Amino acid sequence: MVSSYFKELFDRANQGRLAYFFVIAHIFAGTYLVYTQPRSNLAFLVLITSFLSLYFFRTSSRFKLVAGVVLALVIVPIVGVRNIFYLEVIFQIAVFAALALGLNIVVGFAGLLDLGYVAFYAVGAYLWAFFGSQQFYVLHFAPGTQPSDLPFLLPGDTFYMFILVGIIVAGVTGIILGLPVLRLRGDYLAIVTLGFGEVIRVLANNLDKPLNFTNGPQGITPIQRPTMPDMVVDWFNGIFGGVVGHDVSPANLYNLMFYLYALIMIIVIIFVTRRLNDSKIGRAWTAVREDETAAIAQGIPLVRMKLTAFAVGASFAGAMGVLLAASRTFISPESFSFMQSIGVLSMVILGGAGSIPGVILGAATVTILNLQVLQGFSLYLNELRQSDAVIPIINFAWKDLSTQLDPAKYQRLLFGLILILMMIFRPAGLIPASRRKRELDRDETK
Amino acid sequence: MALLEIANITKTFGGLKAISDVTFSLDKGRIVSIIGPNGAGKTTFFNTLTGIYKPDSGTIKFNGKSLVGLRPDQIAACGIARTFQNIRLFPDMSVIENILVGMHIHLKQSALQTLLHLPGFKKEEKEAEQKAARLMEYVGLKRVENELAKNLPYGAQRRLEIARALAADPQLLLLDEPAAGMNPQETEDVTQLFRNIRTDLGITILLIEHDMRVVMNISEDICVMDYGEKIAQGPPSEIRNNTRVIEAYLGRGAVAGQHEEKLQ
Repeated sequence: MVSSYFKELFDRANQGRLAYFFVIAHIFAGTYLVYTQPRSNLAFLVLITSFLSLYFFRTSSRFKLVAGVVLALVIVPIVGVRNIFYLEVIFQIAVFAALALGLNIVVGFAGLLDLGYVAFYAVGAYLWAFFGSQQFYVLHFAPGTQPSDLPFLLPGDTFYMFILVGIIVAGVTGIILGLPVLRLRGDYLAIVTLGFGEVIRVLANNLDKPLNFTNGPQGITPIQRPTMPDMVVDWFNGIFGGVVGHDVSPANLYNLMFYLYALIMIIVIIFVTRRLNDSKIGRAWTAVREDETAAIAQGIPLVRMKLTAFAVGASFAGAMGVLLAASRTFISPESFSFMQSIGVLSMVILGGAGSIPGVILGAATVTILNLQVLQGFSLYLNELRQSDAVIPIINFAWKDLSTQLDPAKYQRLLFGLILILMMIFRPAGLIPASRRKRELDRDETK
Repeated sequence: MALLEIANITKTFGGLKAISDVTFSLDKGRIVSIIGPNGAGKTTFFNTLTGIYKPDSGTIKFNGKSLVGLRPDQIAACGIARTFQNIRLFPDMSVIENILVGMHIHLKQSALQTLLHLPGFKKEEKEAEQKAARLMEYVGLKRVENELAKNLPYGAQRRLEIARALAADPQLLLLDEPAAGMNPQETEDVTQLFRNIRTDLGITILLIEHDMRVVMNISEDICVMDYGEKIAQGPPSEIRNNTRVIEAYLGRGAVAGQHEEKLQ
């Protein structure tokens, strides 16, 4: 078997100092490639996969921590501000990873199939979009008719407070939705959540009358961001200006800031998820997923545990929604379509439901496929079309290739294929969930 | 005083009377069996008792408190634990986690304690783990704490289910065909285990069982059901010779034949 050969090869490399060597080599190679070829997708892939090396190679946890911090807080920001597209990709990975981690609690831990998860994301986003823009003063204007000199309702720095508000409001929304719904099992729940997701999107689309809350399909803009002191800009350019090679504009620094905020949120989410999972609550969630009847016979209140899972998952999405609204400064119902829910769900399933590293990897894989690999193929095909190249043997000129054939447009087809293949060959996901091992100290004298 | 008092409960599914006017009481510290042919309503009786089904009429009192209308988790919290006819473990959880889930109602950790890992949380988890280890040993599971429940052999799964039920510190333990599918040696072992549970832990046991060696060996009292009705109750020696019981199991003809044999 080819796979067992590779596994053996990997095991041999994954020992002692050799493991450290490979990790450091990977990080260096990635950094060097991206630094010298800031426009190459391939170079970026080499760099981003070094997170994987860091995860899989057996090195001390202190080394992992230091290397992870250097990668995430030094290398990625520097190559990111040199090519802002990379930063955008990483930011999206981070946002989707956070969403996938939230959905993982609902689907992976508690086993409740939620097909309308982005609804909570929308709740968070519209919350800040409303309070962090001029929308409050637009209430009585139809979309597009408002005067241009309206004030903002709240200062941009209330964004930080609204992350908390977003957590609470989305959590409460989760409970309100969950109360009537969570008595349902499996398929019924999926259908109802699907409906709920659509309801929120349709509301966002239509709540521009009688009072204009959401500005309809046009969406809300501009949404404020928290202020960035000039000091931070100067400070960043002072330290990193030399390595970056040019002065970084405040606009680009904002992207960096939101990347860091997304990173912080992921760390908080991972922390919360792990702690909950290793407690009475997490065990109850898994028990409910495994066998409802047996779980309830152990005294686990089904509805309350499901509600908790729903609320926790929803609150993560709410926080990310607030972050999204601020980072984009623009929000429209389009960002919260059914396909988004399905996208996040496929990240969870692809990566491994119930597995924290798994769903992060799932989010990264799907996002990179979306933004980089498929786009890259499309660009490459277009280049070929414009050249005079000919496919040898069958003598087919590339420029005769139909313009319909655009890999970026076949995204969904590719996802479908990947998911089908995954379900057949690796149903537990890329990094399957594993149960925590416990060391019992037994009384050995007996 | 009776631990469990059931008076005139009836449960129908559509036109079928699964349990019909059953009255039953169980004293503390006893081991009592429920027997009867397939379809006699034994498991429905358990399910009604544990709140999975709500009785159409009648009363169920546990320690003097009415259980009718309570949710299964509330009933479990009152001190009734059970095992299932077809083993219902949490297959993808480890052995020790299965037992820890059984302790759910006794763990007091709050969300804040959990998130911040305050001392109270760690202490409680540690104690729970130790208790789980003791329970594993008690039911005869050795060093399998980190195995997934689904990977255990059949007999060990049965034992794990019992350990999980015991983890809740119940006053009453309901066992639904605990010896099903076991060989004679295993059957012997679990029978001894049930005796120990009663004497060491003072837990009252009510069990459904088809294996008459177990039933006759262990029970102090036997309740016989047929077509949803309780047709007899008494000590094993009495039940063994009860005509209605023999009829229910072997058919009227067999009983008649037996009589003829006796006459000849």
